[in-house]
Amino acid sequence: MKRAELVERVSRDGKANEAMNVVEVSGISKSFKGIKVVDSVSFSIGQSEIFGMVGPNGAGKTTTIRMLMDIIKPDSGVIKILGEPINEEVKDRIGYLPEERGLYKKLTVSQSLSYLASLKNMKKRLARERAEELLKRVNMLPHKDKKTEELSHGMGQLIQFVATILHDPELVVFDEPFAALDPVNTQLLKELILELRSQGKSVILSTHMMNQVEELSDRILMINKGQAVLYGSLTEIKSRYRNNSVFLECDRLPDGLPGVVGSKAHGKYTEIFLDGRVSPQEILSALINKGVKVDRFEVSTPSLNEIFIQVVKEG
Amino acid sequence: MNKVFLILKHEFWQTLKNRSFLILTLSLPLLAILGVGIYQGVQHWYHPGAPQEVKLGYIDHTGMFGNFTSEPGVQFVLYTDEETAKDALLAKDIKEYFVIPVDYLSSGVITRYTTSREVAPSTKTTGQITDFLLSNLLAGEVSPQVLDRVKTPVLLASVRLNETGAIAPNQDVVSSYVVPIVFAMLFIIAIIFSSARLFQSVTEEKENRVIEILLSSVSSGQLLVGKVLGLGAAGLVQAAVWFITFAIFAQGAPGIIPALSALSVPASLIGWGILYFILGYLLLAALAAGVGSIGATAREGQGWTTIFTLPAVAPIWFNYFLINSPEGAVSRALTFFPLTSPVATMMRLANHAISAWEIALSLVILAGSIVLTMWVAAKVFRVFLLMYGKRPAFREIVRNIREA
Repeated sequence: MKRAELVERVSRDGKANEAMNVVEVSGISKSFKGIKVVDSVSFSIGQSEIFGMVGPNGAGKTTTIRMLMDIIKPDSGVIKILGEPINEEVKDRIGYLPEERGLYKKLTVSQSLSYLASLKNMKKRLARERAEELLKRVNMLPHKDKKTEELSHGMGQLIQFVATILHDPELVVFDEPFAALDPVNTQLLKELILELRSQGKSVILSTHMMNQVEELSDRILMINKGQAVLYGSLTEIKSRYRNNSVFLECDRLPDGLPGVVGSKAHGKYTEIFLDGRVSPQEILSALINKGVKVDRFEVSTPSLNEIFIQVVKEG
Repeated sequence: MNKVFLILKHEFWQTLKNRSFLILTLSLPLLAILGVGIYQGVQHWYHPGAPQEVKLGYIDHTGMFGNFTSEPGVQFVLYTDEETAKDALLAKDIKEYFVIPVDYLSSGVITRYTTSREVAPSTKTTGQITDFLLSNLLAGEVSPQVLDRVKTPVLLASVRLNETGAIAPNQDVVSSYVVPIVFAMLFIIAIIFSSARLFQSVTEEKENRVIEILLSSVSSGQLLVGKVLGLGAAGLVQAAVWFITFAIFAQGAPGIIPALSALSVPASLIGWGILYFILGYLLLAALAAGVGSIGATAREGQGWTTIFTLPAVAPIWFNYFLINSPEGAVSRALTFFPLTSPVATMMRLANHAISAWEIALSLVILAGSIVLTMWVAAKVFRVFLLMYGKRPAFREIVRNIREA
């Protein structure tokens, strides 16, 4: 299917076409020195999607990404990117910001960008124009003729970000993008990542900082010790792992609510535990029927961090 | 291939723009010009005008040496006693004087007095005195022609014959020594600097952490080939500048330095030189890049470069074998072993002591080793480019190459 058709189809359906995933990974494994670093991991990523890859340090995230980028070959399993096994033409349509990243110290920002863009088969003039545009966007245009060794670490990070998306890739992979960024630039980067999604790009966001992923991702893959432990839409996962409790702040807590098996006072608010057969909606309508004045009613959802800890404990 | 070319172009221009590369490249021509200038200056200063006729004094106690008192470039002045001769010497009227004793004919001893400090009397002076003595001793005894032959009995002209008794080609011995040595020197210098640059380029990208960004656009093989060719092209430019300097220098040499006038280099030898230079370079560059990707820092590279360049120089130490028994086992081994083959083959080519099949075989082995080295180096590259920190042990390297 041609890209234009795909875009049209996606916009018509309002979501990624299941049949044409941007990334399709099935059962990849990789061992180093006899230790399985990645163990039969499968996932797929659709268009216009921010895909979070989370897990603690050393879980196998970077190895998985390096296999996607064809930097390391998997021992087994199949990887398809943009519908094909990775090849030179496909590489030109991917942007990759590795965790171990840097720039040529002796080259200027423009020189570095133009060389890296040329390796993505980008025309010189187009690359220059787009580089200016993007540098402007990250407020780095005044520094374009400076050697990168003259820039601060954070500025270097922004230049690397520009280099990653300079050639207008359809799939962008960020490995720990927020590492060593100050809060202002972290915010800027988040905005830019969301912008990429709105432009129809697919984004892989790999990080051990689960709260970052929680904020941005549509779907996630949670990896621990090389194995996929959770995979799916973030909302779905969160609802699956919520511990059936509701935070309630009201003038009085009535007795005889259906399906409530217990409660715990947290000072101003109370957490009530449900038996799982009654939905929070029913509790809320029961409260209103009983004439209770409700100030706060919140279905408790665990953070990804909590979910991770729970999953690891169960596993 | 397109991306290989992009990397090649980038590496080539970055190297050419590098300040230390420029200085190094231009230093040889500058040194040559400087050398010629100094040589000519010294010549000029040493011989301010036309050579003046030297005067040598002598005291003759035999009375046999009064007829011929002049030989080319020298005038012999007869003194009656040693005191006057010594005065003339101290007054610098004469350069030195000698005494022919009464028993000269039976003893042959002549005592020479000079004010200059010397290790041994110069051959020029000895020759002049000998000619003076011969002219007087043989006057009237032999014809002038025989006298000339007594003074200079032989002007030797050598002709080398090959096994069939025909006159061997290339009677020019100077070029058969000079050409391979110049080739070897250019080759070795180019390799030392190029492999150092390759090392630096690889380790720099590793230390800069650009390498993984590059590897998401190109394969490790493309990166390796692009780098080797790009830096190789720059190294060739450098060697070409040096070679042209040498050629101009040698061309102009008869007028500038007479000692180099015997030099003539056949075009075919230059052709072979370029071919072996490129092949030898590619082999060593691939080795350097492979090892460079394993090493943690550029400094470690220096040691490795020495290990590669030693075999490349080795044929020069074995030149006795290569020239005197070119078909012996040592010569053949040096010709076929890929690391020594460029210099060894050039030495044998310059001496016309190599057969066509040996050239062909050495080329095949060299080309095969380049392909093999590149292949292994690309694998090593792939594995080790992303490993930072400690340099791995040899066993680890082998296992990693297998796992790649």
